[in-house]
Amino acid sequence: MTAALDVQTDGNRFVLRPKGSWVIAEAAQLDRAVRSSSAPDQQGGKDLLIDVGSVDALDTSGAFLLARVERQWSDAGRKVEWSGADHARTVLLDRVRAVVGEDAEPFRKRSSPNILSAIGDAVLSTVDYAGYLLRIFGALVLQVGYTIRHPSNLRFTSILHQMDSAGVRAMPIVLLLSLIVGGIIAQQGAFQLQYFGASIFAVDLVGILALRELAMIITAIMVAGRSGSAITAELGSMRMREETDALQAMGLDAMSVLVLPRVISLVIVLPLLTFMAAMASIAGAIFTLWLYAGISPTAFIGRFKDAVTLSTLAAGLLKAPFMAIIIAIIACAEGMLVQGSSESLGRHTTASVVKGIFMVIVVDGLFAIFYAAINF
Amino acid sequence: MPLSTSKAPDAEPETILQTSGLTVGFGGRTILENLDFEVRRGEILAIVGASGTGKSVLTRAILGLVPHQAGTVSAFGEEIGPSGPSVEMEKRWGVLFQFGALFSALTVAENVAVPMREFLKLPEDLVQDLSRLRIEMVGLKASDGDKMPSELSGGMIKRAALARALALDPDLLFLDEPTSGLDPISAAGFDQLIVDLRNTLGLTVVMVTHDVDTLHSIVDRIAVIAEKRVLVEGDLNTMKTFDHPWVKEYFQGERARAAFG
Repeated sequence: MTAALDVQTDGNRFVLRPKGSWVIAEAAQLDRAVRSSSAPDQQGGKDLLIDVGSVDALDTSGAFLLARVERQWSDAGRKVEWSGADHARTVLLDRVRAVVGEDAEPFRKRSSPNILSAIGDAVLSTVDYAGYLLRIFGALVLQVGYTIRHPSNLRFTSILHQMDSAGVRAMPIVLLLSLIVGGIIAQQGAFQLQYFGASIFAVDLVGILALRELAMIITAIMVAGRSGSAITAELGSMRMREETDALQAMGLDAMSVLVLPRVISLVIVLPLLTFMAAMASIAGAIFTLWLYAGISPTAFIGRFKDAVTLSTLAAGLLKAPFMAIIIAIIACAEGMLVQGSSESLGRHTTASVVKGIFMVIVVDGLFAIFYAAINF
Repeated sequence: MPLSTSKAPDAEPETILQTSGLTVGFGGRTILENLDFEVRRGEILAIVGASGTGKSVLTRAILGLVPHQAGTVSAFGEEIGPSGPSVEMEKRWGVLFQFGALFSALTVAENVAVPMREFLKLPEDLVQDLSRLRIEMVGLKASDGDKMPSELSGGMIKRAALARALALDPDLLFLDEPTSGLDPISAAGFDQLIVDLRNTLGLTVVMVTHDVDTLHSIVDRIAVIAEKRVLVEGDLNTMKTFDHPWVKEYFQGERARAAFG
């Protein structure tokens, strides 16, 4: 079925006679036809008659196009009449005309913000965010204090569950990555040092680097990516489905039910993972140096004992709980900021990972300065 | 096609949607078994049944959102193949999901515009105008078009979702609990809107509902789902005289008597 628009002048009236099927599938074509033929200013001084008697099918979109013509003509001060509509079409046209007859603001366009206001917004929201993180941290400290006084409030099952998902399940990838990175550092060290005939010092290099920095950084970045995003998405979707509100309405505190177990489990798990990662990178180094530089495992261990002390390992492991708290707080804070939309969930999950990794690296830098200052 | 004004009053009603021998199950549990069901053009059909009997599953199976193990579904005279309904078919029906299922990242107006933008090459101002028309026709204010779904009340979500379901002027409308969560006056207005749309556009409406007022006021035919099949279908009087404990309780119980008088 096709659609058409007959236009004729009948005495002092301009007559529009739509034909065929005036439905949404034809709307683009009909829109053009209506615009080109029925503007009121072309038809000097006449009145308008819209005769829908020969339309085969009419839906809301077709009715809208006709009602729009009526609106244009009556806005131009002309009289508009309708004819040919049976009862059902009259009801339809009346509903549509009622809407078209009203004035309405156009829908907001999504504006691209100008650069100054964007900078301003960013600064303000950073300040807000810092305050918000502090509040969460404060609430966490209070919660820890409360839990120490009421230990039965601690949720062991939840902690164990989180330790499993953030720790045990992260182990394979963390170990594999550390093994590879340990091997790479050892290979690079041996390669550069062999010009001085000092390849054996690659053991010192990799031993100190892995234990003090690398194992911790790799683990923290992996956990921020894996568990940080998981925590944010989990808490965020709980907020979207009003689950956090349900907790609150039951008199349960999201801090104690959701946040504290996650923080505690990361604080336990991250040092353990860091230790495992350190061992794996040493293993990678032993293996690489044996194959690549001909340094036997026995020679490696001998040199390693001289190069590394317990405090080297402690320097790395000490940082891990702090990183765990940072990752967990940022992840929980981002999760609690999620609003109703899926877009907001995605944005906060991304922010959680990015901010988590960024803060881990910054704090690691601060630790390096601090250790240097106290000769640790 | 919407609206054929010269319908002969005694013409045999045409079947717009049909299932035969439909069997749907999940993980070894059969929800619907050998279900036969048909919807005639231009009618308002309500699917009722106790919670968990598979009313929503039936509509989801028809829409191709859950696979069926056996049987056939045909819509608009065409059988829906194993790969699910064709896009052409999907353009001819609109779906109102129980919780609205509005795209949360888009405003209401953008939600309503999605089907029109995707399937029709309409000029931008016409898309805007038609979106506004849909939004106002379902009883929202034009200014609600700028709101995000998360800012809407339950009733507004239903209306906005209906506006989106109506975006392409569909022939067939699926409504999953359209009036649940609405106050009685809004619910009555919603019912009236659906009747008006059916009367003026020749829409066919399939709804899952628990609202006895809706059943009483606008529904032409009722299909009761129980025991994994359509237990009985017919008008309200058929329901009132049907001898089955659940149907009896539903249509002659205290709540029903309060509504049906």
